[in-house]
Amino acid sequence: MHWSLIIYSGVITFLTRFTMIFLLKKDILNDKAKKILSFVPSAIFPAIIFPPIFLDSTGALDLDSNPKILAAILAIIIGYFSKSVLATIFSGLISYWILIFLFNF
Amino acid sequence: MNNNLKILVKGIIDVSPLMIPVVPFGIIYGVIGMELGIGAYMTLGLSVIIFGGASQIVLLQLFSGGVSSLVILSSVAAVNSRHILYGAVLSEYISNLKLSWKIILSYVLVDQAFAVSNNYFKKHKNVKNKHYHLLGAGFTCWTIWQISTILGIVLGSVVPEELGLSFTISLTFLALLINDFRKFKNIIVMLVSGIVATIGFNIIPFKAYIIIAALSALIIAILLTLSDFKKN
Repeated sequence: MHWSLIIYSGVITFLTRFTMIFLLKKDILNDKAKKILSFVPSAIFPAIIFPPIFLDSTGALDLDSNPKILAAILAIIIGYFSKSVLATIFSGLISYWILIFLFNF
Repeated sequence: MNNNLKILVKGIIDVSPLMIPVVPFGIIYGVIGMELGIGAYMTLGLSVIIFGGASQIVLLQLFSGGVSSLVILSSVAAVNSRHILYGAVLSEYISNLKLSWKIILSYVLVDQAFAVSNNYFKKHKNVKNKHYHLLGAGFTCWTIWQISTILGIVLGSVVPEELGLSFTISLTFLALLINDFRKFKNIIVMLVSGIVATIGFNIIPFKAYIIIAALSALIIAILLTLSDFKKN
């Protein structure tokens, strides 16, 4: 990795935070725009979550005996009921370890 | 205690509970940085220069997949686009500040700091120097993030690869969505994004699957929102 890539990423990140603070005197986004922006995490994070779970290292769809799918489903169930970030991450990770180390998935 | 300091401490106290999940996230990030072999300086460098967990992990993940810089940068911009909302919402409270203040506060405007300071600003519209709250909350996040990154860097050199810690990337992002699991429209948007990215991973050129998936899902989000507003 080159430092320039890190610096450009830093500048982009900063600008998304700074632009509106710099330009606006008051909040001009209407309710519609805000509602749409509130969907941004839901629209982006699954694109990061899904491929490493469903695809193997060659990029082929891997649905048979895939411990990541089972562990992710368990994490979703725990997350749904507990609403806890920590419980979600650790239930997924621990069930993944149980599947690969104890059940040799 | 001087008034500004009081507000600053209030910011630190308000944001503290939200730091609990940030610590493992930062450690995971540090470990992954070391496992991908970019070294301790760059792993910490990302945390200082970018200071955004999601952006940092996306950058690492795409870089290790051999994706071109242009696509990496657009993906980082996509991940960050939610901050535009934060800036717009906070602008009315901090528009009178000096430019230097705006720069500093923008640098530390992360999800957790936004959440607590926006809440404070709304309730204390007439308080003088209320921006110290965001300063306190933001730099608490910054400090915790750097420390946990360093912990991860140290652990990353001893954690065996067999533990499959790269799976925690997926789990961490999953955990960031838990508040939206109960919203039907969000679930539709999530499924569109995930399915387009999975199918597109191999067929979308330049590995631009994150951007294409996010745009497709946002279009669905726009359609769902507009149909909602029409009804009312």
